[in-house]
Amino acid sequence: MSSFIAAFGWIFDPAHNVGPDGIPARLGEHMLYTLLTLVIAAAVAVPIGFLIGHTGRGRGLAVQISGGLRSLPTLGLVILLALLLGIGLIGPLIALVVIAIPPLLAGAYAGVESVDRATVDAARAVGMTEWQILWKVEVPIGLPLIVGGLRSAALQAIATWTVAAYIPLGGLGRYLYDALPLRDYPQMLAGAILVIALALVVDGLFAIVQRLVTPRGVSEGRVSEVHDTMRSASGRGAVLAD
Amino acid sequence: MTARRRGLLAAAGVVAAAALTLTACSSGNPLDSSSKGASNGSSGSSTVIVGSAAFPENEIIAEVYAQALQAAGVKVKTQLSIGQRDVYLAALKDGSIDLIPEYSGNLMQYYDADSSAQTSDDVYAALNDALPKGFEVLDQAKAQDRDSYNVTKEFSEKYGVTSLADLKKVDIPLTVGANAEFKTRPYGIPGLKKVYGVDATLKPISDSGGPITVGALEDGTVQLADIFTTTPSIKQFVTLKDPEHLIIAQNVVPLINSKKASEKVRTVLNKVQAKLTTDDLISFNEKSSGDAKESSADIAKQWLSAKGLD
Repeated sequence: MSSFIAAFGWIFDPAHNVGPDGIPARLGEHMLYTLLTLVIAAAVAVPIGFLIGHTGRGRGLAVQISGGLRSLPTLGLVILLALLLGIGLIGPLIALVVIAIPPLLAGAYAGVESVDRATVDAARAVGMTEWQILWKVEVPIGLPLIVGGLRSAALQAIATWTVAAYIPLGGLGRYLYDALPLRDYPQMLAGAILVIALALVVDGLFAIVQRLVTPRGVSEGRVSEVHDTMRSASGRGAVLAD
Repeated sequence: MTARRRGLLAAAGVVAAAALTLTACSSGNPLDSSSKGASNGSSGSSTVIVGSAAFPENEIIAEVYAQALQAAGVKVKTQLSIGQRDVYLAALKDGSIDLIPEYSGNLMQYYDADSSAQTSDDVYAALNDALPKGFEVLDQAKAQDRDSYNVTKEFSEKYGVTSLADLKKVDIPLTVGANAEFKTRPYGIPGLKKVYGVDATLKPISDSGGPITVGALEDGTVQLADIFTTTPSIKQFVTLKDPEHLIIAQNVVPLINSKKASEKVRTVLNKVQAKLTTDDLISFNEKSSGDAKESSADIAKQWLSAKGLD
């Protein structure tokens, strides 16, 4: 247990809570990188996911492409882009966006697709346009799943930005890469604990949001069925687990 | 409830086991002759078992030693690519290997972390004092594999910089691309300031002077880069001289179990040591990587015949 005591000692040492290397600064960088990744990935993946979910076309292709993207080795992609684009934020950001797209895409199309076709037909029958059906029926009902996609993309991004600190970046991964060659294991463990804590907090927040956006009338039971749909739709069975 | 508690207990057990494993990893001194079990030499007293660390350059040097000894009629076995220093020094201690190519600075610091020796000769002398009984190093080669500060040719010409001492007159902010430990190690950023009075900031790139570091130096993201002196890509840059010996010498030395260091073995290996240069190591690394990808044994053979040592 002494390692953990040393790691917590490191985290609560006032010297590690100020300056550009301090925990608040590194945590802020990590959250900023993650937010940037999610915004860009969502801007790409969500519209495509809505289109696929609404029209029912291109689903097979989307499953294949997002499955393929998921299997890309992250660090390899980060290094390849650093070689092509030089060091900086752009290379790893592209890599992270590529990695965040599959869960977001799966969440978006599974969410829209999960809406009972009878409900959609009813909306069409009362004279709603396709646009209205999407925004007033499909998206609100599928929102828990769409947020679920965001949730797993966020966890993926938090974990992967840690690894990306192989090249010069801030974020919590710095503590791991800086400490390893010095055999400063308390610092490494502290970095790992901070990443885990951030991931748990973010996951908890998304869990709450997911509950809040579940429309009245869509029962708990229905949502869990929908989860199953989404899992099988993701092409790798474990959207929420990784 | 009970199932859940059992789960928690299991999780706690895993955490505790992990913690125990972490604390159990304290590094002893594998060559400490006071501990039991030193040198239970295996496979006959006359055979020399040559080991190497797990990277191509070291393997090739080990092959050079092995083939040179073989050519002189010494019985040799090889046991290459044995992890890192802690591991192969333990193998040397327990007699699974007898001889391994080492680097003087790192080996000296392994046994005497407080020594202030920096130059080749000082380090070599300090190393001889620091080595545990029963083990010794033969002559040091001119060849060195150590950290070095590099700049582009354009930078060197523009600012008239060929030595670390010249950096003081450069009036732009300096950034160094190097492994993360450069931030705190005495030969890194703190040493630049203390020894040469140069302020620089670090861009931590964890590829040990590999292609990303080289790319950052080429495209001007960093002005200085730490590249090992035996990395082939170093040839396109200007390696800065180090008149104050900020960076510790890392000459190639054969570390050997004294019992196996017969007169013949010494003569053969010292002949090899006298001819081995840093440029040779660069060409070893060139041949063992990229498109060529020749085997360590072939590269060693070519070198020995080129030097007339086969």
